Amino acid sequence: MTETISMPQPQLAAIAVEKAYRKDKHKIPVLHGIDVEVNKGEFLSIVGQSGSGKSTLMHLFGLLDTPDVGEIYLEGQQIDDLPEHARDQIRNHVFGFIFQFYHLLPELNLLENVLSPLMIRYSTWEYWKKRKQFKQDALEIIEKVGLSHRIKHRPSELSGGEMQRAAIARALIAKPQILLADEPTGNLDSSTGKEIMDLLTNLNEQEQLTIIMVTHDNLIAAQAHRTVRLREGQIEVLGKSKIASVPA
Amino acid sequence: MYKSLLCLRYLRTRYIALASIISMTLGVATMIVVNSVMDGFSTDMRDRLRGILADVIVETNSLDGEPNTQDLKDRIQRAVGNDIEGMTATVEIYAMLSVQYGSQWQSKPVTLIGIDPATKATVGPLSKYLVNTSEASIPDWELSPTAMAYRKEWTTRAQWMVDRWNHNPPPMEEEVTLVEKPDSAEPLAPPKFDSEPASESPFDSKPLVAEDTESLSNPFDKELKASVFDKFDKAEKRDPGSPLKGRVYIGYGLVSFPYEDPDTGETKMFQIVKPGDDVKISTVTAGRPPEPVHFNATVIDLFKSEMSEHDSSLVFCNLEYLQEMRNMIDPESDERSITSIQIKLKNPEDAAMVVSKLEEALPAGQRFRVRTWEDKQGPLLAAVEVESAILNVLLFLIIAVAGFGILAIFFMITLEKTRDIGILKALGASSNGIMSIFLSYGLALGLVGSGVGVIVGLLFVKYINQIEKFITFITGRKVFDQRIYYFPEIATHVEPMMVFWVAFGAMVIAVLASILPARKAARFHPVESLRYE
Ligand SMILES: Nc1ncnc2c1ncn2[C@@H]1O[C@H](COP(=O)(O)OP(=O)(O)O)[C@@H](O)[C@H]1O
Ligand SMILES: [Mg+2]
Repeated sequence: MTETISMPQPQLAAIAVEKAYRKDKHKIPVLHGIDVEVNKGEFLSIVGQSGSGKSTLMHLFGLLDTPDVGEIYLEGQQIDDLPEHARDQIRNHVFGFIFQFYHLLPELNLLENVLSPLMIRYSTWEYWKKRKQFKQDALEIIEKVGLSHRIKHRPSELSGGEMQRAAIARALIAKPQILLADEPTGNLDSSTGKEIMDLLTNLNEQEQLTIIMVTHDNLIAAQAHRTVRLREGQIEVLGKSKIASVPA
Repeated sequence: MYKSLLCLRYLRTRYIALASIISMTLGVATMIVVNSVMDGFSTDMRDRLRGILADVIVETNSLDGEPNTQDLKDRIQRAVGNDIEGMTATVEIYAMLSVQYGSQWQSKPVTLIGIDPATKATVGPLSKYLVNTSEASIPDWELSPTAMAYRKEWTTRAQWMVDRWNHNPPPMEEEVTLVEKPDSAEPLAPPKFDSEPASESPFDSKPLVAEDTESLSNPFDKELKASVFDKFDKAEKRDPGSPLKGRVYIGYGLVSFPYEDPDTGETKMFQIVKPGDDVKISTVTAGRPPEPVHFNATVIDLFKSEMSEHDSSLVFCNLEYLQEMRNMIDPESDERSITSIQIKLKNPEDAAMVVSKLEEALPAGQRFRVRTWEDKQGPLLAAVEVESAILNVLLFLIIAVAGFGILAIFFMITLEKTRDIGILKALGASSNGIMSIFLSYGLALGLVGSGVGVIVGLLFVKYINQIEKFITFITGRKVFDQRIYYFPEIATHVEPMMVFWVAFGAMVIAVLASILPARKAARFHPVESLRYE
């Protein structure tokens, strides 16, 4: 830990993380001893074959699951062993999630989907008091992802690219510190995928948003500052960081 | 916030769940209808029983009655005077009612009750049930002007017939007189002889004054006349248009019967006796052994409590005349016997307490019986209560079955929503939050289910008679036959607390049924939920 004090502290770090799934009596090891860290404002991509454990790692970062061994640090604070309530809070306040299959709620329209993290954060009464402000914010973000003409539509009435942009809007509404994107272009054709990637790089550049993106596509991964490869449950460092240091 | 929003959306988009609560709706509705009808039956029955029979009845065990009326009344007053609102002395006796219709006589067994309308009115609303008497007035034994005119008309016609055939007394009257004379003279013999010594003393002592000659010559005849024959003599002498000394209110069911109009097919009531007509009544005298006694009486009014049992069995008669006919008047003390005292209480709920007090105050088990009106119809009311208890259990089981329906549907819905649950958790929703979505979903379904059930049930109760008519019209069979069910219409009484508890119970079941699926949903592991495609 002494290093982390002298060096610029990484915003999010996984240290010696191991994870195995248990299927009946068999233990299926997925991650053995992963060390990854990401600095504030960095765009990190993780590549690896299908089944190499990329999603598992993302879930560990996002506190959707706990590592068997190892720790997750956020701003130097260990967060993987926090009680459930605190983990729920961190998920809501710190992380924004983007999934391969968009994962919008089918019963809600686009606007409501985008607002859902705020609905979860605030009690009914507080939400009601601030609903105008929230709606304003949501409309701004929806405009930024280019979906202003679709706010009343249900997810089933949107195309894949539109759904993914809605998911990005949802991830942004809660003003997260770190965006976790699990194969955000995995289900999209290349031109739509490019649009999404442009959106992400813009966010990273203009708003200094930290992004961890998982992909199996090397071309997509190349748009990030830095890429790490997962193979057989371990990290293979590929490229050097495109930016020398963290913009403070 | 998201909880109520999602809960509402699930409610709106998942009609299958609404289907699962249809049985709950039906259960609630049926329960309300059944309870209202059962309750209406009991309440209505109680009201009518009270109107006719009063709250508490003190009866003598013997049909001879109790001569010491005042003493009995005093004792009742002393024992429970504070709880009593009114009481009336009556004579209740079995009798045979004979009514002439055309050339044919119809006879029916009846319960003949001698009443004093003025005091009877303090006990129960008798006038309410008299067809031609306004509800507010205290009924008396006088004919209404229309009945009077009707009586004049038919008696004149009868007289004319008689004159025309040159046949002195109308055959019906003659027959009665003939039968009655020897019969009613018989039991009177002993008192007559007993009293003879008393009358003998003036007889012995005095030289007779001229005016007394008649009575002296035949004291026997005079006594006889005064006690028994008097009324017949008078009846014969009186103007045939004026009513007889015996006056009765007759149960409507005794003198009318339903018939089907051949043209319209409607069921109508055909009435064979009107106020102003005469009927014959046969009963027994007091004393050992009871002797048959017959008398004619003029129908003053018809009595219609809409309770077929009473309407087809009760005849109310003027008390004094009945006492006279039954030899219940002590010739010496002029004390009149009665067989029962009807008591109205200030608070009908006290009936049991009053009964026990009265049983203490009166020589229990010997000469008197004290009963509440409920005792008299107790078995019937108890049967209704048992029936409604059983039905309630059965119907509540229906609602419980509906609960399992909800449970099953909810498991399906949570499975279907696994991915969404994962998403919500990824967005920071807590397990409790997820659980409360499904719990409030269950509560909402329960609310809708029991709310619709309450509305349907209450509407059904409100229009139950129309519904009954409709079903009768469709099936061609009378669903609710008055001859079986006492009342002409289905009586209903909606108890708000009953409605509340039924609705509340249904909601509790809906929530209970959703607890298990909701807990399951809350425990979904977010990662596994998200993998779920
Ligand atoms: N819940 C689970 N139970 C058992 N095995 C699992 C479970 N989740 C993932 N795995 C296995 O873990 C490995 C890594 O999965 P994943 O992290 O989804 O890989 P990726 O996202 O790189 O395709 C796969 O072999 C997968 O079969
Ligand atoms: Mg994956």
